[in-house]
Amino acid sequence: MDTVTLIQTLLNSVVASSIYALVAVGLALAFGVMKMANFAHGEFFMVGAYCVYVLYALVGLPFPLAVILAIPIVALFGLVAERLIFRPTRKNILAGFMATAGLAFILQVLAGQIWGVGIAKSIPTPYMGAADVGDATIGWQRLIVIPCAFAMLLALRFFLYRVKLGKALRACAQDPEIAALQGIRTNRMTALAMALAGASAGLAGALMAPIHSVTPYMGHGVILIAFVVVIVGGMASIEGAILAAVILGFIHTFVTTVTDNLIATMVGVGFMALTLIVRPQGLLGRERA
Amino acid sequence: MSAPDEAANSSLASATALRRFAPLLLLAAVLAVLCVLGFELKPYHRELAIVFFINVIMVTSYRLITTTGDWSFAHVVLMGAGSYGAALIAKHAGLPFGVVVPMAGITAAIVGAAFIIPLLRTAGFGFFIASFAMGELVRLIWVKVQFPFGGTRGIINIPSPEIVGLRLSPPVPFYFTCFIVMLAAVFIMWRLDKSRIGNAWKSIHSDDLLAECVGIDVARYRSLAFITGAFFAGIAGALLAYRMGSIDPRNFDLTTMIYLIIWVVVGGTATFWGPIVGLVVVTIAFEWSRPLLEWRPLMFGAVLIFFLIFLPGGLESLFPKVGSALRTPPGQQFQRLRTWFTTFASRT
Repeated sequence: MDTVTLIQTLLNSVVASSIYALVAVGLALAFGVMKMANFAHGEFFMVGAYCVYVLYALVGLPFPLAVILAIPIVALFGLVAERLIFRPTRKNILAGFMATAGLAFILQVLAGQIWGVGIAKSIPTPYMGAADVGDATIGWQRLIVIPCAFAMLLALRFFLYRVKLGKALRACAQDPEIAALQGIRTNRMTALAMALAGASAGLAGALMAPIHSVTPYMGHGVILIAFVVVIVGGMASIEGAILAAVILGFIHTFVTTVTDNLIATMVGVGFMALTLIVRPQGLLGRERA
Repeated sequence: MSAPDEAANSSLASATALRRFAPLLLLAAVLAVLCVLGFELKPYHRELAIVFFINVIMVTSYRLITTTGDWSFAHVVLMGAGSYGAALIAKHAGLPFGVVVPMAGITAAIVGAAFIIPLLRTAGFGFFIASFAMGELVRLIWVKVQFPFGGTRGIINIPSPEIVGLRLSPPVPFYFTCFIVMLAAVFIMWRLDKSRIGNAWKSIHSDDLLAECVGIDVARYRSLAFITGAFFAGIAGALLAYRMGSIDPRNFDLTTMIYLIIWVVVGGTATFWGPIVGLVVVTIAFEWSRPLLEWRPLMFGAVLIFFLIFLPGGLESLFPKVGSALRTPPGQQFQRLRTWFTTFASRT
């Protein structure tokens, strides 16, 4: 691999890591608070991408506005999923998860029926041109993913560690009963966690819409990688999810460059299996997956 | 003893006998009907019945794994391992049907044994998610590797099944082949469920720490359940490969897995027969919904959510209620309904 390809691949790895981190952080956060994982998380990503398709490509709003609008829309999906699926099934931890598999079906069919199943939706690239880094070039459209993801993750960190509501959310993740004794409303915290999870997945989908091919089934590949990242990082650990996102982003991009996408996914899953055998609690997790 | 006493005694005895043998009679009746149907059904419905038998093996073996509390998301891929195993063995080694089917089961069991090594480190959600990822890994290998799996196009021209010169491929013989294999598989799994091993599996589900304390090797029994389930999934996969004559990775994708979960959830997993009941009901509903082809995943996704929220025990949890309703006299039932209605009305 020569230097140009190396720099190019490094940059692409950072882009991939940012997206993985955005998607996986939501899953880890929701898992921490509810002890439940959302199988429709990949479909939330898909809805985010469709928001950009509708608002930017069809309605004609400016791209940044479409991305920003996608965040609350998908957060609303998260809220509704929490209220209608996770809250009624809280007593049975597997039921909520399996019910979201049904939700994934529903969202796929709705997207397919409203906007068509056939070919991937083409979204005109809002930021044409490419930046020169050394001798390598990388499209602006890919580069802007990095600052957006950083901004979202930093905002999330600020919220979780500096804002009272965020601290309550973390308390709820540590021990819901003790948190309830302190006067924290557990139901509100689970709703908040799902809204944040939806928001981050929606942002990731919205940012990827011009790069990724937008189809009703695009969530499938995303959820696979997100699950792998969350398991490698340690189920409920946000820091672990980010660390694992970086590691897997680099592994995935480098293997893709050398061979192809399928083999890269296989290597990622293999890495997960190895992590489970060597360190079942994940890289930064405290309890076993 | 006076005459009325004797009459009461004998009627009591016949009632207990009836209760005891009623399930057996019902089973015999169902089997007899299925035998007759094998000859009488129209070709399309016979094909449906063949798929139904294969799916019975799938749901029963899936339920066997869930008795330990592990909900796997790789079961359909393990079935695929059996299909690919059967197709490759039948095609390249030219072995007969009677040898290929058990070997397909063993292939799936070996793949299952490889899966369970990392999966044992997980429980609950981790198990669900990690088994999904492991299954995808195997499915991607089928998609990617041209030799011997044939990539996205899969394997075609699987030889038609034969036993000692008897051709099994025409619809009627194949119906009975699947029927007999299904009966054998279900019988073995039913015996396993009632055996000491089955009890050990259930004890892990109710309390794994307690099970470990009384000397049950939890890791070994969980592996055993997973590998046994994989073996029977492989058998089902072999039948599927023979029926279709060609297989490709799309036969074993996530959608099929979610349908498997819908069958099991609709039926319920507490009893042995629950998943089969769920399969029967959902299969019928699935056929009825044929005109609404594109909306089908949405409908069944909604059914899954409905059952998980409002009837988490599945249809089987209704049986005792229906039974008690049948035993109470109609007058009392009316009374009960009225009380229920007034409380409901006062609440709203």
